[in-house]
Amino acid sequence: MDDTLAGWLQVIALVVALALSFRPLGDYMARALTGERHWRAERLIYRAGGVNGDVDQRWSVYLRSALAFAAVSVLFLYGFLRLQSHFPLSLGMKPVSADLSFNTAASFVTNTNWQAYSGESAMGYLVQMAGLAVQNFVSAAVGIAVVAALIRGFTRKQTDRVGNFWVDVTRIVLRVLLPMSVVFAIVLVAAGVMQNFHGAYDIATIAGGHQTLTGGPVASQEAIKELGTNGGGFYNANSAHPFENPSALTNLIEIYLLLVISFSLPRTFGAMVGDHRQGYAIVAVMAVIWTASVAIVTANELHSVSSTVGHTAGAMAEGKETRFGIWASALFAVSTTLTSCGAVNSAHDSYTPGGGGMTIFDMMLGEIAPGGTGSGLYGILILAVVAVFVAGLMVGRTPEYLGKKLRGREMKFASLYILTTPALVLVGAGLAMAFPGERAAMLNSGAHGFSEVLYALTSVANNNGSAFAGLSANTVWYNTVLGVIMILGRFLPMVFVLALAGSLAGQRPVPVTAGTLPTHRPQFVGLLTGVILIVVGLTYFPALALGPLAEGLH
Amino acid sequence: MPTTAVSTPAPQGAGRQPQRVSGGLLDPKQLLRSLPDAFRKLDPRLMVRNPVMFVVEVGAVLTTLSAVRTPSVFAWVITAWLWLTSVFANLAEAVAEGRGKAQAETLRRTRTTVTARRLVGWRPGATDTVEEEVPGVDLRLGDQVVVEAGQVIPGDGDVVEGIASVDESAITGESAPVIRESGGDRSAVTGGTKVLSDRIVVKITSKPGETFIDRMIALVEGASRQKTPNEIALNILLASLTIIFLIAVVTLQPFAAFAGAEQPIVILVALVVALIPTTIGALLSAIGIAGMDRLVQRNVLAMSGHAVEAAGDVNTLLLDKTGTITLGNRQAAEFLPVHGVSVEELADAAQLSSIADETPEGRSIVVLAKQRYALRGRGTGELDRAEFVPFTAQSRMSGVDLDDSGEIRSLRKGAATAVMRWVRENGGHPTADVGQLVDGISASGGTPLVVGQVSRHGAVRTARVLGVIHLKDILKEGMRERFDELRRMGIRTVMITGDNPLTAYAIAQEAGVDDFLAEATPEDKMALIRREQEGGKLVAMTGDGTNDAPALAQADVGVAMNTGTSAAKEAGNMVDLDSNPTKLIEIVEIGKQLLITRGALTTFSIANDVAKYFAIIPAMFAGVYPGLDRLNIMRLHSPTSAIASAIVFNALIIIALIPLALRGVRYRPSSAAELLGRNIWMYGLGGLVLPFIGIKLLDLGIQFIPGLR
Repeated sequence: MDDTLAGWLQVIALVVALALSFRPLGDYMARALTGERHWRAERLIYRAGGVNGDVDQRWSVYLRSALAFAAVSVLFLYGFLRLQSHFPLSLGMKPVSADLSFNTAASFVTNTNWQAYSGESAMGYLVQMAGLAVQNFVSAAVGIAVVAALIRGFTRKQTDRVGNFWVDVTRIVLRVLLPMSVVFAIVLVAAGVMQNFHGAYDIATIAGGHQTLTGGPVASQEAIKELGTNGGGFYNANSAHPFENPSALTNLIEIYLLLVISFSLPRTFGAMVGDHRQGYAIVAVMAVIWTASVAIVTANELHSVSSTVGHTAGAMAEGKETRFGIWASALFAVSTTLTSCGAVNSAHDSYTPGGGGMTIFDMMLGEIAPGGTGSGLYGILILAVVAVFVAGLMVGRTPEYLGKKLRGREMKFASLYILTTPALVLVGAGLAMAFPGERAAMLNSGAHGFSEVLYALTSVANNNGSAFAGLSANTVWYNTVLGVIMILGRFLPMVFVLALAGSLAGQRPVPVTAGTLPTHRPQFVGLLTGVILIVVGLTYFPALALGPLAEGLH
Repeated sequence: MPTTAVSTPAPQGAGRQPQRVSGGLLDPKQLLRSLPDAFRKLDPRLMVRNPVMFVVEVGAVLTTLSAVRTPSVFAWVITAWLWLTSVFANLAEAVAEGRGKAQAETLRRTRTTVTARRLVGWRPGATDTVEEEVPGVDLRLGDQVVVEAGQVIPGDGDVVEGIASVDESAITGESAPVIRESGGDRSAVTGGTKVLSDRIVVKITSKPGETFIDRMIALVEGASRQKTPNEIALNILLASLTIIFLIAVVTLQPFAAFAGAEQPIVILVALVVALIPTTIGALLSAIGIAGMDRLVQRNVLAMSGHAVEAAGDVNTLLLDKTGTITLGNRQAAEFLPVHGVSVEELADAAQLSSIADETPEGRSIVVLAKQRYALRGRGTGELDRAEFVPFTAQSRMSGVDLDDSGEIRSLRKGAATAVMRWVRENGGHPTADVGQLVDGISASGGTPLVVGQVSRHGAVRTARVLGVIHLKDILKEGMRERFDELRRMGIRTVMITGDNPLTAYAIAQEAGVDDFLAEATPEDKMALIRREQEGGKLVAMTGDGTNDAPALAQADVGVAMNTGTSAAKEAGNMVDLDSNPTKLIEIVEIGKQLLITRGALTTFSIANDVAKYFAIIPAMFAGVYPGLDRLNIMRLHSPTSAIASAIVFNALIIIALIPLALRGVRYRPSSAAELLGRNIWMYGLGGLVLPFIGIKLLDLGIQFIPGLR
């Protein structure tokens, strides 16, 4: 089959599959988040944790629960990594160094899954399964829980309660993530993804050399890696590794998995606020940005010239797996940088300046199209709040979104939210560029080298976790600084989102009239898209100019 | 008409074409006059209240230091324009305040020391009170003073005895005197106004220094101005954008150093100032002050900026029928005779019965008969031996007895039941069609007046009903269109009337209001407001009587009529000096316009940044990355001319937009979606495109300046 035709068919198949999942999955998640009844298993968990599942929390308590949960998770994972040699199934791996353990613990708890290590040569099976994979589930669930609290802020009236963190997390794990992961792990195994406890294979290659390949429980990790927009690969090569992602079919399944929850959550949002049109407007913005981004990256990779390898025959295949080709690589690259997944099936470092720059820009958008599980939706809702505020003024009323007024308090939290990530990215990159030692970690020099650093900081601050490759980030400085930035980039925004939820929930809703700014029409979709592009564009333009733009414009 | 401030009351009630909310024009001389103030406001202690402009000022200080250390034409040009940017921002505020100051000056003159004639131990009807002279400022709450013709009322209060005509031009600008009398809803008088005739006793209701005029001065001067909730919210957003751009530029230096293009401080400061939202930051407070000022120009005093903003948010307008929706009085619209009576005969009888009736209704009957049936209005003196019977509450009818050479003809007009009983008592039998006519008129919202006639010729008496006069409420012209507009803006109108539900329904239908409250009592009004507010709606209303006070206080926007009682004025959060209830609609429009102006200039300001990036970034880095010169899509002459052009544009746009900030953006009532669409095109797209043109034009000139080439 012709590459172009195959490429188009893959995109169409993906879009159809996502469209078909939108309603059932979205509605199902809404029911899971709003249902009164607890499952038996859930009740057991609440009893074990000493939680009263029928009592809702104030936003501050909700936040404290989320932060406490994260703190305990980081400590637990840190200890696990430091002591892994004492546990069974360690495959004889050595304890992980202190700075790398901190970085990795922070990375998995924050749903970033930035990996400054090689999975196959640093982590035993038990750590992968009981340490890292557990966080893959719960960190994804925490994101959805927080957006559920924010949505409740919009729907509830004159209350200080935004839901129960423990109930939300438990339900999302048990009712959504676990069943889907089980099903798709089996599907992936059937499609050829590895799943065993074999340990190392010693293989004689055709060239006569020896190669050691590690087997392991890969498929079970792979499903939640994509589904929870985690992105932490079992192997260093991530989804480019044939054991993780053996064929074009598994590749398509994995792209579908990493997009499906985040693209369906707007339906959950629409269902919970009682107006599906609101959900459609949000998903439309996500879809517009995703589609444009896929088009730009694919076009660049097909027709443009790589800065690192120049315009030689087959140059564009550098850094891409031949079994996927350019189309599927670009599709994966865009999807993984627009969600906070960060799994990769190709080396973004080898992309053209236009394509690689776009993947950086995708992350700079703040992981909102569709973004990480839950975090994507709350991110775009915050930007919607900002858009509604400016637009609302232009219709001559105190701006209101979904019946809730946006006053000083609300704008304070929304402003702090949009301020946090750019500050982390730019200050982090500024520090990295200011120290000569840290600059030396770049593989390339000049504008491309700067792109590597900018990509790394953008990736961790936005909790994406993908790497441009090229940057040697396993140093004490990078491990520590990136670990801190991941934690700040994940939890500071959550503080502001939950505070906003509390402030909204306390309000009495304003009735909708002809004078109210409609937030479900194409007009609003265009407006929100414009606000996102302009706000992000303006924030990062100077940095982008010195990286990808400087490379790309000759 | 004094040349004050509070100028001519604008013609109200507008015709088909809705009135545009517009402000006074900006006098260029005003800019010059405000210049000293603008420089005074450079005091950092004042600037720090405006985070955006404070950053500009700090930047200007930094570039000044840098220019002193390493002088160059470029550094000094940038420095000078950064200082000008700060001055222009202050100028906007100073001009807005300046307008208020002029008004305050005129008001102050009325507050000159007045001597009050205080009455000691005054009681209603007492004649033995002692009078003493005290300075007006010594008056305390509850003191009684007497004021006679030619004297100035020493303080705010209520008339407790007497009636007088008062010249209130000092505060309303209206030179026609008004009547103030004890009791009722016309009892409030304002300190500083002048009694023209008669003598009144006034009970003081305000503390010294807190009189209406004092508050007015504080308001128009902006002394008591506090940031409104919405302004605070916008300030927070602007501050956070400022911080983001500050970070973006500060962190740019290490990136630039790595690229081998470390930037001088002047250029970094220039980039920050170009990016932060200076346009809206500079004009924000001027917009707020001008909004209050636009109200003052319409003779409305808002007690707080909060109230003005709330006016933009109003969902429900409570409008009094009389004076707002209808002209004050009913007018005769039609003569409907019964079977066997000609229209002319009825018209003639109706006219005769109304000749001595000086009420507006009565006059309108005479006029209608004259206009439509060419019946000459006859003076009372023309008719011989005519005896006029005035209206009384008992008889509920009026008319005339004519002695026409032996035949005595009695004509009566009045309420249907009263006239029909009179006819029956005199032996007549009103036919069934009378009842039908009466019911028909009532159902259509009109008031029926039945005309009856009794003729006595000796002992023979004939009594009969001649027909019915249809009295109609006359709607103000153009109200229906206005209510349609309000509906498009998402505002519900509720008519408040004392009429019965049937009449109220008919008038509501005709006027096109959304709802009505018939036979309304103050309690009903209050309940209606509460009900609306329960549902999260904001309610605006007007009122003048003391019994309106609770509702005025409860409403989110309560506009008290200046003619009303001081209780009402105290309870409301706005006072209309013209006492024109229709103005409520304009107040809503001004509130909306205020917010729209803020939103539009914010959008404009942010959209401007795109062009500035395309000017400055290539100028900064095309040296090390020649490819970046392709971003120089304006083809600006040189890096220095590009940066200078961007900064000069950034400063000049503030001056250029001062008139818009003071006047407010054009506002036409329409739905939110339409408004947004139009404003995005105009200020979003306009803000995107205009600076490309502006910067290019400036560059065409600046490139010839030596040192900036």
